[in-house]
Amino acid sequence: MTETGTRTDTGTSSEDALLELAEKQAALGEVRGGPAADPVNIPMIRHWLDAMGDTNRSYLDQGIAPPAMAQVWTMPGVRRGVKERSPVDDVLAALDAAGYTGVVATNCEQTYHRPARVGERLTAATRFSGLVGPKRTALGEGYFATWNVTWYGEGDAPVAEMMFRVLKFRPRRRRETPAPASGSAPAASSAQRSGVAPYPLRPAQNRDTAFFWEGVRQGELRIQSCADCGRLRHPPGPVCPSCRSTNRSFVVARGEGTVFSYVVHHHPPVPGREMPFVVAVVELPEGVRIVGNVVDCPPDAVGIGMELRATYRAMDDEVILPMWAPRES
Amino acid sequence: MFGTRAAIAGIGATEFSKDSGRSELRLAAEAVFAALDDAGLDPSDVDGMVTFTQDTNQEIAVAREIGAGELTFFSRVEYGGGAACGTVAHAAMAVATGMARTVVCYRAFNERSGRRFGQPDARLGGQPTSQGLEMSWHVPFGLMTPAAWVAMFAQRYLHTYGATSEDFGRVAVAMRRHAATNPAAWFYQRPITLEEHQASRWIVEPLRLFDCCQESDGAVALVVTSAERARDLRRSPAVVTAAAQGSAEGQMMMTSYYRDDMSGLPEMSVVGRRLWEMSGLKPQDVRTAILYDHFTPFVLAQLEELGFCGRGEAPGFVRDGGIELGGRLPVNPHGGQLGEAYIHGMNGIAEAVRQIRGTSANQVSGVEHVLVTAGTGVPTSGLILSAG
Repeated sequence: MTETGTRTDTGTSSEDALLELAEKQAALGEVRGGPAADPVNIPMIRHWLDAMGDTNRSYLDQGIAPPAMAQVWTMPGVRRGVKERSPVDDVLAALDAAGYTGVVATNCEQTYHRPARVGERLTAATRFSGLVGPKRTALGEGYFATWNVTWYGEGDAPVAEMMFRVLKFRPRRRRETPAPASGSAPAASSAQRSGVAPYPLRPAQNRDTAFFWEGVRQGELRIQSCADCGRLRHPPGPVCPSCRSTNRSFVVARGEGTVFSYVVHHHPPVPGREMPFVVAVVELPEGVRIVGNVVDCPPDAVGIGMELRATYRAMDDEVILPMWAPRES
Repeated sequence: MFGTRAAIAGIGATEFSKDSGRSELRLAAEAVFAALDDAGLDPSDVDGMVTFTQDTNQEIAVAREIGAGELTFFSRVEYGGGAACGTVAHAAMAVATGMARTVVCYRAFNERSGRRFGQPDARLGGQPTSQGLEMSWHVPFGLMTPAAWVAMFAQRYLHTYGATSEDFGRVAVAMRRHAATNPAAWFYQRPITLEEHQASRWIVEPLRLFDCCQESDGAVALVVTSAERARDLRRSPAVVTAAAQGSAEGQMMMTSYYRDDMSGLPEMSVVGRRLWEMSGLKPQDVRTAILYDHFTPFVLAQLEELGFCGRGEAPGFVRDGGIELGGRLPVNPHGGQLGEAYIHGMNGIAEAVRQIRGTSANQVSGVEHVLVTAGTGVPTSGLILSAG
């Protein structure tokens, strides 16, 4: 609907314009940013080792940074004012403007040339290396954008390099995704030119719960975690009941679970569903429970203790629900 | 102690039907008139009103219809059928504190011919209120009827205690047996057998049709005043010896699936502990109990939470006829919501009053105290009513 409109407006000329811009940005070659805000330093290395659980003493003893920290030294931070422009930004902005507002990182490859030493101040240089598309993907139509970053110390010898690739996609174009399983969604025949009939059982969302549904759209099951005490919690809420923190984060669940309880719904008819269907309370190895449908097996095959894996089903052009299938299948 | 300061002085009801043919406000007014007549009081005596949050008739609307004058207390109680005993608790507090002298509690609906709670309502998860968000973890998956919400607990009960569908069925059979001899009951003279229960169709496994209470049109009203004044009125008072509301840790409306092992009713345990503490009574002091029976499995869980038997022992208690007339603890002599009518638990409070007065169609002998509970699986409430 709105996406269809956008698409008609942009059309092939928009594709040409995007690729033209990409070529122009690639032609700029490597663009060097300013020096990092801080030199390579012991406190940051110590925190990073703690966070990563790396107990190797030699970094601190020898005064060198773990190579995987390369990005850390030149990160602009979230509140430190304007980020330096790079040849990538114009391409990403143009993709946003053309309706490819979704983003997911697809590749990251790093090459380490030498350790960064405590006291040296690194500089990052960015080269835009290519735009490929439009491609049809499970998330929707999109472009793969690739760029390379090189970190330099004092002098011109590189410390590390990174190739980074993202998919910028047009969100909520769901017709490319696999059709819903029988018994779990509106009849496929309703998918006509005008699109799939809207699924009537839509979840309400607000700023406390949007991260979960955003995760589902990206094919992942997000469990709220307290950014201060680490407590996992589902269903999520705005305040950690253990430590009162309002700093929230999430972990991505492995997508495995077991049936803790379940029901088989026969009557009365539920809109948007074919009877009978199974709803289960699923216990996750992460230690929380979550409610969802069990699909891809007959209702009488479901039992308490059954092992499941998460799957994601498009109920219409917008609503995707996490569901559960037997783990063997 | 709460006890002995307030009493239920009057009870009233409309007929219980599947199609009242009247507005819900009219049903409310009729029940309130009946309760006031029963108490020997006039609408002009009413200065307080309490109902359920879910009731569609505002207190002021009912007050206008019955011709009441000034109100000095009005209140609503949340959480569906969990409100039932809570309305009396709020009224009793108002009377005890002097906020009001004569408080009417009422519940009126066309729950069969009008909005049926058992039908899926796609709007349940639609709004980003705290309840809408809570529902949104369940409704999108089609888990959206009371039977389905309760069935999720029932499955765990069966699993944890090795109980069977027949154990649920025995509750339904007992309630229908009681209703069969209660002329006010919808299922008057229509008992069922365990075989009929087992042959009834699935609603939401593991619940069958006969595990689910009726859908009814009707209204019930109660008049609460001070115990002292009640003793001077027309009928024998049912003194509010104890009253409690209860919500447990991790409580949700009907989907508390994220805590403990889901085989009990922690919120009813909260209510039960308070009632016993407040009254100084013990389970063996109670000769009959009114246990909320919208679905059979929760009658079993309540027997356990309230201490009438141990954990997992309710199937055995029921198998021996323990909850039938003549049994160890006759439960719902009027037939409950499975047999008499579904008036959101308020008809059960009226039956408790009749048992105290000695005027029930299925009178239990020697009743001095009756324990009454409200909606199960939701934040709930309870009462102990006593002769006096």
